[in-house]
Amino acid sequence: MDNLRLLFAAPPLSLQLLLDGILIGAIFALAAYGMALVWGVMGLINVAQGELVMLGGYAAYFLYRAGIHPLLGVPVAAVLLFCLGWALYRSVIFRVVDKDLFISILATYGLSILLQQLANGLFGANVRTAESGFGTLVLLGGAVTVAEIKLLSFGAALLTGAALLVFLRRSRMGQAIRATAQNARAARVMGIDTDRVYAWTFGINAAICGASGALVAMTWIVHPYLGLPYTVRSFMIVILAGLGNVVGVLVAALGLGVAENFAGFILGAEYQAAFIFGLLVVILVWRRFSLARQRRYLT
Amino acid sequence: MKSIPEARLLATGACALLLMAAGSAAAKVEGDTVVLGAAVSLTGKYSVNGKNTKDGYDLAVKRINEMGGVKVGGKAYKLKVLYYDDESTPARGAQLAERLINQDGVKFVLGAYSSGLTKAIAPVTEKYKVPHVEGNGAARELFTEGYKYLFAVLSTSDYYLRDAVNLAAEVAKEKGRDPKTLKIAMAFENDPFSLDVRQGIVEAAQKYGMKILVDDKLPPEINDMAATLTKVKAVKPDLLLVSGHEKGATLVVKQTAEMRVDVPIVGTTHCDSAKIAETLGKIAEGVLCASQWDRKLSYKDKWFGSADDYAKLFEKELNYPAPYQAAESTASVLVFADAFARAGSFESEKVRDAIAATDMMTFYGPIKFDETGKNTAKPMVLYQVLGGDYKVVAPTKWAETKLVFPRKMPQ
Repeated sequence: MDNLRLLFAAPPLSLQLLLDGILIGAIFALAAYGMALVWGVMGLINVAQGELVMLGGYAAYFLYRAGIHPLLGVPVAAVLLFCLGWALYRSVIFRVVDKDLFISILATYGLSILLQQLANGLFGANVRTAESGFGTLVLLGGAVTVAEIKLLSFGAALLTGAALLVFLRRSRMGQAIRATAQNARAARVMGIDTDRVYAWTFGINAAICGASGALVAMTWIVHPYLGLPYTVRSFMIVILAGLGNVVGVLVAALGLGVAENFAGFILGAEYQAAFIFGLLVVILVWRRFSLARQRRYLT
Repeated sequence: MKSIPEARLLATGACALLLMAAGSAAAKVEGDTVVLGAAVSLTGKYSVNGKNTKDGYDLAVKRINEMGGVKVGGKAYKLKVLYYDDESTPARGAQLAERLINQDGVKFVLGAYSSGLTKAIAPVTEKYKVPHVEGNGAARELFTEGYKYLFAVLSTSDYYLRDAVNLAAEVAKEKGRDPKTLKIAMAFENDPFSLDVRQGIVEAAQKYGMKILVDDKLPPEINDMAATLTKVKAVKPDLLLVSGHEKGATLVVKQTAEMRVDVPIVGTTHCDSAKIAETLGKIAEGVLCASQWDRKLSYKDKWFGSADDYAKLFEKELNYPAPYQAAESTASVLVFADAFARAGSFESEKVRDAIAATDMMTFYGPIKFDETGKNTAKPMVLYQVLGGDYKVVAPTKWAETKLVFPRKMPQ
């Protein structure tokens, strides 16, 4: 437990880990918002969540290569991914919306493999990164560093969360989404085109993932196989926070980021991923979570 | 509409026909062409390096055929390679090796990319006593199993960063510092290759009595090294060594700059294939890179000329700079060509013995196998990224320039 001793001997280290954890947690939160939305409104668990993040990363990367600053790439990636999400709904997802949960998991799992391999085929397995050109803030005489891009990501995640809330509460489509989540059949009876609502919901999910992917490409790297950890994290965050709670999602995501960073430091990086999966099991047991069909909306 | 039993009958018939066709096509020599077989990763996580491997093989075959092929028993034979995509998964690789040997009748196998795949394929080639020459499986366990038919033209992976430790010791002595006082921090992806690299460093560190302070293993899912680097920053080591294919190289460069982790020597593998100097710009300055081969080395052969000639030809034919993964693949084909000519036969046993007796010079470096099948004649190369370019700094015999020490932290 040398690492633990090191942590107590040098308090700035804890601060560093805490900050890093909170800032990366915000990026996890984005993908988790999307998952909670789709799960709550459409009653399906999207296993291809991480692949949407990955594609968002590539969108930002190619925009960056075309000379567009990656930060401007964030909204563009979101719009592109919205279209992709819409198309995916119209081609695949609409077939599984009212089916058994298991079928939707299988279908989106298939989709995730397809998207992964398509990305590999089209873009290659090279590790890419979009240089944002942002610097680093140095605090406490160099003991703690915060990359500006991570701060920006954090801000973007909060903003997106707020925008999502406002959209769901105020806009006509948001109201329709909430009505559909409450009772799809009643919503149909009242004249809501639930098919259109689902397409929008899935599109919005893809857009949020796209934005988070663009941030990932700027902060770290992007390659065709980076999706899975994002899917797993989103799943975990949503289970922890519940489906109807934006603030809960954010808090759970930040907590996960922090826990992950401390686990990586104390247990060594080899247990960082194992820790996430271990935590998932613990949370599932603790929440006595059953994968029953449940519909709730974000409030 | 067909009834189901009928459809099944048809399917069975088609399968039987296919099998028969495969059986009749089974021939290691088709007319004046000798067929080599290879499973390479064209999809999956190794697809970049898999393509490098295939390109290396193809270029060698093209060049050898242009020069009249190989002369065996007074007759000139052309070479051809039969490829399958192993999807970067070892189980698939082993399956395809069986298929190459059993169904396609291939009697000479070229290696796959990565130690993991090679480890899966080697037992198969061993079982059928098929010579297997590879240039991309560097794990040293491959050569402790007593395989008789496996030969590797490259240096094993425990040599990748050993020289970085040696170099650090040299520099320390020059500065009047005891190498024993040097502190090492290191992080490795949890795969056979990187763990071998780690083993080499551990051995070298023991030799000098250096202390290893951080020793993290990165799971393949990890896309963020922040936790490890926080630790590195806290313990202030003299060397930071990382091996995690392209991902590890990119992350360590990017995140040491971002987190201001100031270490005098930072060394990594795969930074040339990750193109760190080209894509990451000035934050890559001063990073040490381990490489199997470099175009500036003064090796020469009769097929390609100098190492630089090879690199030029490669770039002309394939439109990207030759990575060492391609060079070592090309060298593997050259070993077969040389062995065929000396064996004077395409009989597996004779070719195997001829390969074992190989003692040749290639553009890739000297090739001579020890009794375990690994090439012990060729040293590793260390580059340093200087002025946006890769400069050879070790081994000192071929060094273009002196190591810049300590690495200046890019601001």
